[in-house]
Amino acid sequence: MTTTTYDDDPQIEPTATAKRNYLNDEYGVLSWLLTKDHKRIAILYLFSVTIFFFVGGIFAFLMRLELLTPEGDLLTSDTYNKFFTLHGIVMIFFFLIPAIPAVIGNFILPIMLGAKDLAFPKLNLLSWYIYMAGGIFGVVVIITGGVDTGWTFYTPFSTQYSNTKVFLTTAGAFITGFSSILTALNFLVTTHRMRATGLTWFRLPLFVWSMYATSIVIMLATPVLAITLVLLMVERVLKVGIFDPALGGDPVLYQHLFWFYSHPAVYIMILPGMAIISECVAAFTRKKIFGYKFVAFSSLAIAFLGFLVWAHHMFVAGISVYAALIFSFLTMFVAVPSAIKVFNWTATMYKASVSWATPMLYVLGFIGLFTIGGVTGLFLGALGVDVHVHDSYFVVAHFHYVMVGGTIMAFLAGIHYWWPKITGRMYPEWWARLSALLVFIGFNLTFFPQFLVGYVGMPRRYHAYAPEFQVLNVLSTAGATVLAVGYVLPMIYLIWSLKFGPKAGVNPWGAVGLEWTTSSPPPKENFHETPVVSWEAYDYPAFLKAMRETQHAQ
Amino acid sequence: MPNNPTLHDLALPTELPDDDSKHHHHPFLQHHFEDMGQQHEASTLGMWFFVAQEILFFGGIFVAYFVYRSMYPEAWAAGATHQSWQIGAANTIVLIGSSLTMALAVWGAQAAKRKFTTLMLVLTLLLGGIFVGVKGYEYYDHIHHGLFPGQAFTYVDANPALTRGIELFMVFYFSMTGLHALHMIIGAGLLLYFIRRAWRGDFGPEYYSPIEIMGLYWHFVDIVWIFLFPLLYLV
Repeated sequence: MTTTTYDDDPQIEPTATAKRNYLNDEYGVLSWLLTKDHKRIAILYLFSVTIFFFVGGIFAFLMRLELLTPEGDLLTSDTYNKFFTLHGIVMIFFFLIPAIPAVIGNFILPIMLGAKDLAFPKLNLLSWYIYMAGGIFGVVVIITGGVDTGWTFYTPFSTQYSNTKVFLTTAGAFITGFSSILTALNFLVTTHRMRATGLTWFRLPLFVWSMYATSIVIMLATPVLAITLVLLMVERVLKVGIFDPALGGDPVLYQHLFWFYSHPAVYIMILPGMAIISECVAAFTRKKIFGYKFVAFSSLAIAFLGFLVWAHHMFVAGISVYAALIFSFLTMFVAVPSAIKVFNWTATMYKASVSWATPMLYVLGFIGLFTIGGVTGLFLGALGVDVHVHDSYFVVAHFHYVMVGGTIMAFLAGIHYWWPKITGRMYPEWWARLSALLVFIGFNLTFFPQFLVGYVGMPRRYHAYAPEFQVLNVLSTAGATVLAVGYVLPMIYLIWSLKFGPKAGVNPWGAVGLEWTTSSPPPKENFHETPVVSWEAYDYPAFLKAMRETQHAQ
Repeated sequence: MPNNPTLHDLALPTELPDDDSKHHHHPFLQHHFEDMGQQHEASTLGMWFFVAQEILFFGGIFVAYFVYRSMYPEAWAAGATHQSWQIGAANTIVLIGSSLTMALAVWGAQAAKRKFTTLMLVLTLLLGGIFVGVKGYEYYDHIHHGLFPGQAFTYVDANPALTRGIELFMVFYFSMTGLHALHMIIGAGLLLYFIRRAWRGDFGPEYYSPIEIMGLYWHFVDIVWIFLFPLLYLV
């Protein structure tokens, strides 16, 4: 550690500029609602996705309460159907998909590239408004009676039979899709055209590579969902038979089109998580990421392979056995780039002096849980096993290990890692570690029993179940309670830290990366002087050597 | 929290590009771009990505179209007989004409020909308007013959077994041409905005990206029609 402090850092003029930052540059509600600053838009998104996260969480919690006993005593089956549907829709469309790209990506990506802003700041703001418009549809649906089709809107139930708010919900999902498309477009163009001088593709932080891959998937998959939902709305409004077999349509075609988006959507949710993990692993091991190019290209490989495996969701939906075999075979390939990432992260940690700050705890959680989620994904991708466990709690446990154990862990890692940059304040480390521990314990207690109960045959999406499943369900509900505490705690101490947290310097983690060269919080234009990059990504050896020399000189 | 130095502090001073001569700040240069070249490249690339997104959007409905066409080939053939290929062909020519005027408008903007650019944009808007108008007439005619799918579908084919398939064909006809027309209408709105800007004299050799991007969009919408016309009129 050096004795350099924030105030006498030679790069940043002490008072005048350091005190002016993106947060206090302008005041007033309108200065936020009409901002074109990517950092402020990220904060707007942070508020919105957090609200939706808790809305989705409440549905989850009420479902877990219902499942405490085998009888359907707390919620009627209709209400339960609505709750799991709303839980899925809110969490997927309004939290998981936008969370990391629109909050952390929005804030950090342009800074990592040394740019003053994203390429299209107005589109960026528009994307938030579109997201909120979609969100209002969601809220209206919740208030006016909900929807019960499951988040997949399978036809013909969704178009001909369900008497709930299917149209409004699909319209909301349709609209929200365009907000992710605009964000992705912005990221792609910014990465291509706005990198700082000297910042070549192979000097980019892996966060950018992963976000780039995510953006490609969003760009090419989301419009297919959009058109599918349009057809669904047309069918529902006109009562024609696009997907209704009774009227000459093909319901399996709906599933093909839906999963052509929704399987890649899984990678839209997990790739940004991987983006954060790569950053944190390097920062807290103080090493170059092992196999940088492999990790970079594995993101693109996941994006590509993600488009070739959608029908593994439909093994029991009546697709031909040959198609099923091929999709099952292709599914196995996705494991390769995912494993490359996991092995490279662990290889980076090997023989490193790892510092166990909160983000790194979440990283460890991510690596373990994502691995379990990924490997059980292979069980499900294997044709024979899938037929056995299809539509059971095994599936529920699997995708929660990836989505919650993976994406949300990574989101929390990222929020903690960049919190000092975003707010200029440190969070309280002790509380943060405690809540990381609670999240890890609570998560496993909630979802591991679901693997077991699913494997022995408890089907998903019922509000009542056979009494022999009760013990595991009680464990799961108990875990959900711990998990809830683990999620509420950061809300409290992060808000607390805004006022009482110790001031964070420019580079509290001693990390390499352009975002750690500007003041915390950054000025409106991100950098006090335009950065020029002359180093490789994660060049910790050179950084540490140079740091020792400076210390020596002093 | 003690503050660590950053690589930025430690890197050797790098020569920054000479700043004195360049920025004669163009009024339409946005603050976060280095120069007009970067701004132009970013905007056009953005439009290309948007077009990629549009291709997938229309791609989904084309896939569904082909699935049902292979399921109900006779109904598809029968359905197409309800389209007037003469009107369709005439409308195709109108639309290609509008693409020509659009391309000329881009050229005019580059060459800073204010009046010419405005005129070409107005012509584009006019031709686009004719296209949508004719489309509206066709819709009216179909609805009049009970060919609008759903409850309004009263048409019964001479071969009653085909009726259901023809209704499905009409679902695709209305959905695909409807989405296309919606894109035309959005394009018309954009044209109105750009006509005003072109008349004001915003564009010149250094700044014509908005018109070029408008052109990309317009040509894309035309190309969609070039696929729709044979698929819906000539099958």
